[in-house]
This record gives sequence, C-alpha cells and structure tokens, in this order.
Amino acid sequence: MARLWQVSKLIRSKNAGPFELTFDVIFKDREIYEKVRDAGLINAEWFARTYQLTPEVVQIINYDAASAIKITIPRPTISGDVDDTDVFGGQQHGPLVDLEVP
Amino acid sequence: MSEIRLVAATGMLGSGFREETLKRAMTLNPDFIGVDAGTTDAGPHYLGCEETHFSDSAYKRDLRLILIAARAARIPAIVGSAITAGTDNQVRHLVRIAREIAREEKLSFKLGVVYSEQNRDYLKKRLRERRIRPLANPPPLDEAVIDRSTHIVGLAGAEPYMEALDKGAEVVISGRSSDTSIFAAMPLMRGFDPGLVWHAAKVMECGAASVVLRKYPDCMFAAIGKDSFTIEPPNPDYRCDPVSIASHNLYENGTPYELVEPSGVLNTYDAKYEAVSERAVRVSGGQFTPAERYTVKLEGAELAGYQSIIIGAVRDPIILRQFDSWLEGLVRAAKERILAVFGAGIEEKYRFDVRVFGRNAAMGRLESDLSIGHEVGLVFQVTAQTQELAAALMKSVGHIAVHFPVPEYSGLITSIAYPYSPAELHRGACYRFNLNHVVEPDTPLEMFRLDYETV
Repeated sequence: MARLWQVSKLIRSKNAGPFELTFDVIFKDREIYEKVRDAGLINAEWFARTYQLTPEVVQIINYDAASAIKITIPRPTISGDVDDTDVFGGQQHGPLVDLEVP
Repeated sequence: MSEIRLVAATGMLGSGFREETLKRAMTLNPDFIGVDAGTTDAGPHYLGCEETHFSDSAYKRDLRLILIAARAARIPAIVGSAITAGTDNQVRHLVRIAREIAREEKLSFKLGVVYSEQNRDYLKKRLRERRIRPLANPPPLDEAVIDRSTHIVGLAGAEPYMEALDKGAEVVISGRSSDTSIFAAMPLMRGFDPGLVWHAAKVMECGAASVVLRKYPDCMFAAIGKDSFTIEPPNPDYRCDPVSIASHNLYENGTPYELVEPSGVLNTYDAKYEAVSERAVRVSGGQFTPAERYTVKLEGAELAGYQSIIIGAVRDPIILRQFDSWLEGLVRAAKERILAVFGAGIEEKYRFDVRVFGRNAAMGRLESDLSIGHEVGLVFQVTAQTQELAAALMKSVGHIAVHFPVPEYSGLITSIAYPYSPAELHRGACYRFNLNHVVEPDTPLEMFRLDYETV
C-alpha cells in the first residue's frame, strides 16, 4: 500500500476567498490519478468523516487536465475571525497526506 | 493587430521580482505591464484598518522598476487592488509613492486612478431594491452591517481600467478589482476573444506562480493571438509545462473549471494545454459566457473587538496526562476570577478562548486526532470591546492560569512556562470579514470613481 503523498506531486489546502476552503491533490502521473479517481477513494463521505462534516457540504471535483482531485468545503469560520485557526487556510490538508491508496 | 503581449511584473506588488527578469521581459516588446497589488489571504486586518501588507520600501522598489520600464517602452503600467485591500486611502498612498518615484527618476505620465470604496447610502439603496445577492456561505446582511463596516470595497471589472486607458492614462492605479481584470482590460479593448483573454489573465495574475517550480516571486509573459495564447516565463531558470498551467486553475479557486467575473463566467471545460517548447505552453479552448446581469462583488470588514493574548507552554507529564480536565478547570477558575473582580454583567462584555498547540491549533473543529505529545503550547485569548478591558481581564487570567493546580501535588505550583515578561501581548483592534455578496449595478462604472492627473 502506498500513501497519497507518495503518488502526488502536491497536496495542499488554501482559502478560496475568506468563506471557502479548497484542497488540491495533484498526482504524479495520469495512471495513478485515474486509479484513485475511479476507485472513488476520495469521496464526500470519507472526507466528511475525516473532517467532522456532513457529506452534503463536501464538493469533490475531478480535474483531468492536471490529473488532480479538488475538494471544496465552506470554511468552518471566516478567515481571520476571532475563532479562526488558519488565516490562509494552508494547513488543513494534513489528514489527506497519509491516506492509503491502491 | 494579430497579437497582444502581456507582462506580469509579479504575483503581488511588494513581494518582489528579479530586475534582470523584467529587463528580459521588456525585450519581448510587451504592450503593457500589469501587476496585482491586493490579497485577502492575510485576513481582514488590512481592509479593517488600512494597514498595508508590505512596507513602503518594498512597494517603492517594485513600482520604481515597473514605471521606469513602462515609460522607457512607452507602454501602460496597470496596478490593481492597491495596496492590499484596495481602500481609497491605500490607493492614495500608492499614488504618493508613484509621484515620489516620478520625481526621483524624472518620469512624466498621465495617471488614471480608480477608487473602489463604496458609498453606504448607495449600498443600502441597492439592498432595499434586492439588488445585492449572497454568494456561497454568506454572513447575514442588513443595513446595520453596512453601517458598522469600517470599509467596504467593490471588486472592479475590466471596464474601469478600459475607461482610464481610453482617456489616455499611461499609468493606472486602481483600488480593489478582480485580479484578472488588470490583465484583461487592454486585450479586450483590442478585440481579442474574451475566452482567451480571461483565461490568460487568470494565469498571469499570479506572476510566476504557474511555473513548474517557483523558487521565488518573478515576472510572467503571455502573448494572446487569434485562436490561442502562449505563456512563457521570461526567467530562463523557470519553465512551464501543460500540467503546471492547467494546475494553476486549481489555485485559490473553488473549482478549476469556472471563474466568475463581473461581466460573465470563464469556463475551461474544453481548454487544451499543449507544450510548444521545453518552457512554453499554448492554451486554447476557454469559453467566456457573458452574464445576464453585471455583478460587482463586495468585500467588507467590521471591528470584532480588541484582543490581549498570553502564550505559554506545559511540559509536566502529570498535567499533560489530565490535560483536558486541568484546562477545563483553569478556564472555569479564570472566568470566576473575572466575575469576582469585574462584577455581574462582565460575562457579556468579553470572550475567552484557548488555543491548544500540539493538539488542534491548526485545524480546530476539523481535527479528528486530539492526542497530545510531550508538551503543548497554549494561547489564551481575551476579546473585549476596548483594549483597556481586554488587557485588564487578561491580567486576571494570567495569574490564575500560571498557578493552576493538579490534585497530585500539594503546595503552590507554577504550571505554565511563559516565554515573555509581561506575559500579556496586546493585539489591538481585530476585524472580521462581513460580506460575501454581489451588487447588480446599472452600469459597470457606477460603483467606481475615476480621477486623472499629470505626474
């Protein structure tokens, strides 16, 4: 079993504006991207469970042009608000890094 | 004209670029130099109180090189979202810096200035007319929100830039605008295909961010033709490939397929990315669908309160083994002490939060792994209506916290390592983004004011 970071060239999170949070997994090659995409490994239910969310708010987008999977969710709190933990949204992708992939 | 050539000086004015890269870019005979000078990345502070993200020295260094290059080549220089949030005072500040540069370098030019800050009565009128609509995940909006905002800016589209250029501006400094509009305005004026133009503008607005490996901020170059545009980094150490350019659509955007602009939506479902060399990529197929109604996005900030914080660390394994109950007891004791000192009613005048570094400080409520290691970091945070009150409350918290006991030890303990004396740090005013909405104006220009001067 490989881990997601071993088959990716980039795993990141970032604000998509102050009200949304977006995650990008850009794979090293087309083949592994298609394998992970078609296995539905990164799906709304899994992501919601991992991030304590409801699946309805999780948007998963396959982006063939860059062999990438994008996940977008509402920000749990507005960027920079009193209870925000990550103003840029850049350190929210940790739980994705060691996901087991076939 | 069969081609228009664009240079982006860098992804954000003040973050820098290499002087030799701009020189090399200028040998490619660009038709204009553009640069974005804004961001919401760093939070609401910059819109709230108008501080700028970079220093005056950093802005002046970058703008000096841009103005010298643009004037020497007799091409426009276009700066958008000056400088950070795009408020009127931030625009005026960059205009002052531009005047200083002109004086020092003996440059002369017609300057067009676009102001993006919004009139409260205008916004209330549009709100009553139901011509302000919410976007994703919006905070509630009513007239009181408009009144209590310290600043509200509208994101200009390409039209105010086009207007300024049409009136002969050789340098344009604009308040808040969409990042892409800076780069879309001139190509649209010259009649290039909007699908190509907006797609190229999206790649260009981040400067060298779309190269394969960006080691430092730098310039970017694109040429838009009839059926495609080509993008090539002017820095010979950098290269683009089809995946690096396609990947850029992912960056800080909720979907890679659509980019919403005031005048319509760019979609890239059918876009093609082809290598034309080891370093350059040809892009085609982006489609622009004009919007039924023109929309201007709003950004607003309001005061959230004043903060004092204390940073500390805990290392004792006996405390760490019962960390949750210890911290819970500490918070309760701190609140009781505050009540005893400041009297009934105080609980409505402040908010007390604790951040636990080493457990869930990065991810907060999204974190599922709540285990802790051999030490944890703590940030105590008091938010109140005045700085004086926040500071006074924090003094009580600090003393309660540092000696908060555990049952295993008898006698007075000191349970937190404070790295600073005094322990309290005063953060001043804190702000909150309070708008995620768009306005439907009658015309693309009605929410923006243009001004001209000869520098």
